[in-house]
Amino acid sequence: MFSGEQIAELLDELGVTHVVTVPDSTVGQWQTAIETHGRTRLVRVCREGEAWQVAAGLHLGGAHPLVMIQCTGLFESGDALRNTVHDWRLPIFSMIGYRSYLNQDTLPGDTCLVFTEPMLDAWKIDYRLLTSAAQFGEIAEHYRACQSAGKAGAILVAEGKA
Amino acid sequence: MSTDARMSAKEAIVAVHQARGERDVVITTMTPARDWMTLSQNPLDVVLVPSAMGHATSMGLGLALAQPDREVIVCNGDGSMLMNLGSLVSITGAGVTNLTVLVFDNGVYEVTGAQPIPGANAVDFAAIARGAGFQSVFEFSDLDAWRGSVERILQTRGPTFVLLKVAAVTGVPGPRSPGPAVERARRLIEALR
Repeated sequence: MFSGEQIAELLDELGVTHVVTVPDSTVGQWQTAIETHGRTRLVRVCREGEAWQVAAGLHLGGAHPLVMIQCTGLFESGDALRNTVHDWRLPIFSMIGYRSYLNQDTLPGDTCLVFTEPMLDAWKIDYRLLTSAAQFGEIAEHYRACQSAGKAGAILVAEGKA
Repeated sequence: MSTDARMSAKEAIVAVHQARGERDVVITTMTPARDWMTLSQNPLDVVLVPSAMGHATSMGLGLALAQPDREVIVCNGDGSMLMNLGSLVSITGAGVTNLTVLVFDNGVYEVTGAQPIPGANAVDFAAIARGAGFQSVFEFSDLDAWRGSVERILQTRGPTFVLLKVAAVTGVPGPRSPGPAVERARRLIEALR
């Protein structure tokens, strides 16, 4: 839906200092561009729960991190997300790949479609779902709105179509 | 589990408290947090209560990346370390040189009533740290040896991993939150500006 260059330039424009990430086949394709364009630094972690707490440390230290994971990693993230966003109330923004949203040929009946949005609602994360390239501008809009409000937020990027 | 040849966790952390530099950030969780809170406090202390299970090392990595001119010291429990072993690889992979991970190994989940951790007496945390890519790895079970080395180790170019063999303490309540996390986060952000 979006090229790595588009994402890298946008992150730079938004002042994102670090992208803390575990890749999937969509958001992982952006890594090279993020590493080679602009000033945003990529931080690779082993599991998605780590990403929230690394981002928490970055935020406390004065940086402007963003968590970039797949929805499966969101499911793994529960305790770390809860602690970061609700106990410490840190306004961590995330971009989350929404597996199988556009195409279920590989994983018919993928339960990611059942649980992803209810999970974000349960964690009280204000998110925007992007299903087409025409919505690119919503990323910056929602990021700035959440930062301005001092709250966590997410962009849910529909995946599953080449 | 035998506690022979293990030092007092409280005395081990007192040694850290005495050796920390004035600009160092110190993160404590679980048993180390409980003991740390009995010592004098510093605006750069991060008492990670409430915490996300096992994530003190991850928060330490974030702080070390954001504050490369400060040392970040993470005082972790052994059970907590087991919950987030991958973070050791994330730390070395990130290339930070200003982070020290101290694991207080008492072989039990002390704050929940001293149930054994998986692999108690068998798991080799120092070997795991070396395998994760830590070049500076130390292990202590003797308090005098730890006291005599802690200042030098905290000044070692990291990332550094230190295993501290400590005696379990039973019948003592777990750490209690020292105050609203939101306020503590705000004060830390201000202190790090």
